[in-house]
Amino acid sequence: MSRLHPRRSVRPIRPRLSLDILTGKDVQAIHEAALRVLSETGVRFPSDRALGILADAGCEVDHGRQVARIPPDVAMAAIGRAPRRFALGARDPADTLDLDGEHCYLSTDGCGIEVYDLETGERRRSTRDDVYRSAVVADYLDAIAFYWGPTVSAQDVPPSTRPLHELEAAFLGTSKHVQPETILSAPVARWCVEMALAEVGTTAELRRRPIFSVMQCAVDPLGQDGGSLEASLVAAAHGIPTGFMPMPMSCATAPATVAGNLVVTTVDALAPLILIQLAHPGAPVFFAAAPTVMDLRTGGYTGGSPEDYLLGGAFNQICRFYGLPLSMGAMATGAKRPDWQAALDNSFSTLLPVLTGTAMLTGAGMLNGSKILSYQQLVMDSEIYSVVAKVAEGIRVDAETLAVETIQRVGPEGNYLAQPHTLRHLGDIWRPTVVDRSPYEAWEQGGGRGAYDVAADLARDILAGHRPREVEPAVRREWQRILAAAGRELEATG
Amino acid sequence: MEHFYAEMYRVVYEGEVDAAGPAAERALAAGLDPLECVNRGFMRALEQVGREFGAGDKFLPELVAAGEAVQRALAVLQPRLQESGIRRESLGLVLLGTVEGDIHEIGKRIVGALLAAAGFEVVDLGVDVPAARFLERARELRPAIVGMSALLTTTMVRQREVIAALRRENVPARVMVGGAPVTPSWAEEIGADGYAEDASAAVDLARQLVGGGKQ
Ligand code: B12
Repeated sequence: MSRLHPRRSVRPIRPRLSLDILTGKDVQAIHEAALRVLSETGVRFPSDRALGILADAGCEVDHGRQVARIPPDVAMAAIGRAPRRFALGARDPADTLDLDGEHCYLSTDGCGIEVYDLETGERRRSTRDDVYRSAVVADYLDAIAFYWGPTVSAQDVPPSTRPLHELEAAFLGTSKHVQPETILSAPVARWCVEMALAEVGTTAELRRRPIFSVMQCAVDPLGQDGGSLEASLVAAAHGIPTGFMPMPMSCATAPATVAGNLVVTTVDALAPLILIQLAHPGAPVFFAAAPTVMDLRTGGYTGGSPEDYLLGGAFNQICRFYGLPLSMGAMATGAKRPDWQAALDNSFSTLLPVLTGTAMLTGAGMLNGSKILSYQQLVMDSEIYSVVAKVAEGIRVDAETLAVETIQRVGPEGNYLAQPHTLRHLGDIWRPTVVDRSPYEAWEQGGGRGAYDVAADLARDILAGHRPREVEPAVRREWQRILAAAGRELEATG
Repeated sequence: MEHFYAEMYRVVYEGEVDAAGPAAERALAAGLDPLECVNRGFMRALEQVGREFGAGDKFLPELVAAGEAVQRALAVLQPRLQESGIRRESLGLVLLGTVEGDIHEIGKRIVGALLAAAGFEVVDLGVDVPAARFLERARELRPAIVGMSALLTTTMVRQREVIAALRRENVPARVMVGGAPVTPSWAEEIGADGYAEDASAAVDLARQLVGGGKQ
């Protein structure tokens, strides 16, 4: 399509501004509280395999309750083995992401249930085709660095093999890194590894270029899911990066206070990473979190409230203390339409984690508390990200940017429009993609269209005109074989 | 006597969970009738908290605490009620659980708390409940309603299994379903008797299902 500019490379944020929400003393206090809970109360690991590994490392294990108490020295030694820096590979090596503590990358949101159909506007159940289409849009948008989720669930595919079909659709739709949160058992993890191997070739190459990584949920408070733990152990054995996302909701699955929530978040994010490091020392791992406050009337997940923004920023500081990258849940607005509330929630929930140094942000494009995909919202969230990127990059002050010579040359009553200095720096100035700045009359004559309509046009253009990097026919055939074999195995067992 | 009822009312109204059992014990020791304790003391307070919650004057944690306080009191009073062969009045027994493979618990807990505040008797089977367990407990307890929660698109299919098992074994309970991915059309497709989007709608639905209609 003519209106589409060529696909640009991924645009990470490299923040220069930085914000401290907690003092060093606060962080230390939260860390000590977390260690106390880990060692005195313990965490539930409902997996014999996990409990065995923890017991061998010197943790006190209650097999009946499936609870392991992790001594502080075991915890800290294990975390100390995790690499401080690693890469998330991609089908297209140019889309590789460097988790180096200095860059921040945005993904799509994940596991939505419904879609606002781009053509009809109707709200409907999500399908495999929506996985593919959302991946294509994510592939094109330079704000989106990797594909999380899948963004929506492929509900037209049987549950037993759904995660594999979703992974295939995501790989076909984008050459960027893919991070599923649906790999909930060891057998499914093995099949995912096989699919990735079909694409990259060898296990050594997969280790070097993990084209997917694994996100799990913790079971707050103080718990994990057995299948998820075993799936992540399989992934870690192959050098696939893994992380666990607690979502403690203050008043429900966490204490009412922000500090108390941070303790639960820290315990639930730390505990599984300790396990992974004990089993596979040096395996790439990351923290993750989406802490929030329960809505006091409905019990609902708020996905946007002043406490959430504080939690999002503060937990980053805690992760910096441990020296591991963090993936922070952001842009999880509860708004039902892409409206004022969505913009309010998603701006703040992006700004604070970015200013506190998060490595990954998950993610763009969903409404109703991560339940409804909106293509317009995906494009508009990308714009929020680009505004935040510009703000976070801060102000450069040096001889060139002070521009004294130019100021003196222009003098009083002049202007800077055609100055060489101006022309040199035009590229520094943020430019909108969907934000409306048109004059009133022009806006009216153009049909009174706003950001929402422009975003819809862009999404349509992308879907009509953008072709993601193709997967080799031989690889596609291999994936078909894997899907069929996995179907036979997984349907028989589950 | 009145100060015993006032105390029972107070512990529930204030959500003093740990104080509820002892309050019930003291009342029994003083020779009060266990059914009166339930109706004039504990339940009256829970219904009041439920009304204030409905009006927006109390919040969910307060309602849940009041509900738990009543559960503690009932644990003390129930054996005495059974001895004397009395069944306490309720709008009906609701058997609640989150289906197999699914550990989302908060929504179901809230539904349970509101149902209890509205005068239903609630038995909560917890999370990750296999169809066989729903069936076993339903045959044992003869609930008026079985309520199932599912928050995942991959586990909502389990609701169908439970309904099939209940129908196959001729368990007469009505079935209601809920949870994020569940819709009215899904409820209809799997042969449930009703769907509710949130906890207060679940209470209205439960009332309808036991024949009370909407209040
Ligand atoms: C908190 C949460 C968790 C917590 C749960 C903690 C706990 N102890 O309950 C944790 C972190 C453990 C978790 C885990 C997972 N989660 Co989760 N989770 C959520 C979240 C954010 C909120 C759920 C919640 O508590 N809501 C608050 C309550 C009040 O609302 P509710 O549950 O909808 O209940 C209301 C109504 O639905 C109704 N209702 C509920 N039950 C019933 C029953 C009856 C009978 C009736 C009538 C009505 C009714 O009334 C309730 C009260 O108003 C949702 C997103 C969302 N916005 O819903 C995702 C969500 C449900 N989770 C999701 C996923 C994918 C997962 C995981 C698979 C992630 C992973 N990779 O590990 C795991 C699955 C674990 C498992 N096996 O179950 C997806 C599901 C999407 C899908 N496509 O299936 C969602 C939608 C988020 C997302 N987009 O990723 N999760």
